Amino acid sequence: MNIYKRRKIINAFMCSATFICATITLLPLISIFIYVLSKGASSLNISFFTHLPRPVGEPGGGMGNAILGTLTLIGLTCLWAIPVGVLSGVYLAEFGNNKFGAVVRFSADLLNGVPSIVIGIFAYILFVVPMKTFSALSGAFALGLIMIPTVMRTTEEILLLVPRTIREAALALGISQFRMTISIVLKTALPGIVTGILLAIARIAGETAPLLFTALGNEFWQRGIMQPIAAMPLQIFAYAISPFDDWHRQAWAASFVLITIIFLMNFISRLVIYLQRKSLKAK
Amino acid sequence: MEKVKVEGLNAYFSNIHALKGINISIKEKKVTAIIGPSGCGKSTFIRCINRLHEVVPHAKVSGRILFDGKDIYSSAIDPIEIRRRIGMVFQRPNPFPVLSIYDNVAAGLKLNGMKRKDDLDEIVEKTLKMAALWDEVKNKLNASGVSLSGGQQQRLCIARTLAVKPEVILFDEPCSALDPISTAKIEELIFQLKENYTIIIVTHNMQQAARVSDYTSFFLLGELVEFGKTQDIFTAPKDKRTEAYITGRFG
Ligand SMILES: Nc1ncnc2c1ncn2[C@@H]1O[C@H](COP(=O)(O)OP(=O)(O)OP(=O)(O)O)[C@@H](O)[C@H]1O
Ligand SMILES: [Mg+2]
Repeated sequence: MNIYKRRKIINAFMCSATFICATITLLPLISIFIYVLSKGASSLNISFFTHLPRPVGEPGGGMGNAILGTLTLIGLTCLWAIPVGVLSGVYLAEFGNNKFGAVVRFSADLLNGVPSIVIGIFAYILFVVPMKTFSALSGAFALGLIMIPTVMRTTEEILLLVPRTIREAALALGISQFRMTISIVLKTALPGIVTGILLAIARIAGETAPLLFTALGNEFWQRGIMQPIAAMPLQIFAYAISPFDDWHRQAWAASFVLITIIFLMNFISRLVIYLQRKSLKAK
Repeated sequence: MEKVKVEGLNAYFSNIHALKGINISIKEKKVTAIIGPSGCGKSTFIRCINRLHEVVPHAKVSGRILFDGKDIYSSAIDPIEIRRRIGMVFQRPNPFPVLSIYDNVAAGLKLNGMKRKDDLDEIVEKTLKMAALWDEVKNKLNASGVSLSGGQQQRLCIARTLAVKPEVILFDEPCSALDPISTAKIEELIFQLKENYTIIIVTHNMQQAARVSDYTSFFLLGELVEFGKTQDIFTAPKDKRTEAYITGRFG
């Protein structure tokens, strides 16, 4: 066989291999979505979103409390994890070119690798035991520990992408380093940071393990952040391992809603970026 | 009157010795040109004057630079104030990509706390006119700064620098991205600015140096070879190397 022909065949083979592998990463997502949709969509109705769960045997009921609970947990988590994550990312990018920065960077990566169940136990010991109650607050603490390293490292990476010529331009105008960072660098990097935050939220929205020992779950509507609170992943977990068909259907429906929330979040983040870019284009 | 006096200035990039014992004095409300082959330290030199050299990681400076008689490197001096009073236009246009044209010009004022819209409007219009850009952008002040052509971007950067009303303006090859018409406009601008500002301009263009400057300094390999009245440098250089450079025999 002539060498050029052989090369051509190898080339074609390798190109198709990359294409096939790319498709393999696409398939699970599509199939999960279709499967969850087909299993769960039929149980969706208004009362699924607005009602409390019913005892076994009674038909109907919903997961209103779990949906509200998950949104509350996400909100509480963001309240402390976004400022801490973004500002520590700013520190790493702008001032972290030293030993302390290296230590912080390394521990963030380690924290990222700590199994989420361990983080749950840690939050349990730190919050739940001394306060003598499971609570939304302890859940938000655990979720925050998962969210912070991601937000921090994406913020740092995105900030470092802002060219130094832009920083120098700002400094040369007599703008202070703090002002420059907030009004020029952070603003330039904002779309990337927002995307990083939304992806981190999408990740914690589905976390179950850290909530087992902290938020605990709740069959009723929440009554404040110092009380146990329902969450969709917990509810899905509890229903999925139950022996009742009715509950299985509810678990599928909840999975569908959770996935949809996560999809929407991704979609919105992209929309935000798109609109921001567009508003700056020539009018 | 001398506005800036440089005494025994050395500048380093980690272990590269980029400027070696520079002594020069810059006259107030005059244009001083800096010429020399690529890599001889022209940019480094003017970046020492507005204390921008030190923001490069591992960069160091020694020696003194007196600005109105005060050493800008003394510990009592805030580099932010120095940079406000000594403006700079960079070699490559670098407008803020997320800011509109208007906000690019207003950035130095707004981010230092100036809020009154009327005043800002007036300064933006005035400086854009000075930079010969107003007619091209007056109908799209809200467009992004990077939606302009390279030459327009450079004039935007000039307007941005003028807006903070510095006393000294450092130009690092401001015309290298411009067509002959814009270049002529910038040279005209420099001529006008001389009335009120002290100007230092780096240029690779001998005719430009001869046209716009009152004094010229020739740098070579991190050293100041010759400094004097532009007329003298171009007609009767004292140093052989200066003569060789301006007659185009090397560099
Ligand atoms: N960030 C940097 N790190 C290390 N060395 C640098 C850096 N910037 C410049 N240098 C070195 O310092 C010397 C002077 O550079 P400088 O940019 O001042 O030259 P220049 O005269 O402005 O050249 P040009 O006409 O090409 O702009 C060069 O030898 C260059 O290699
Ligand atoms: Mg240069």
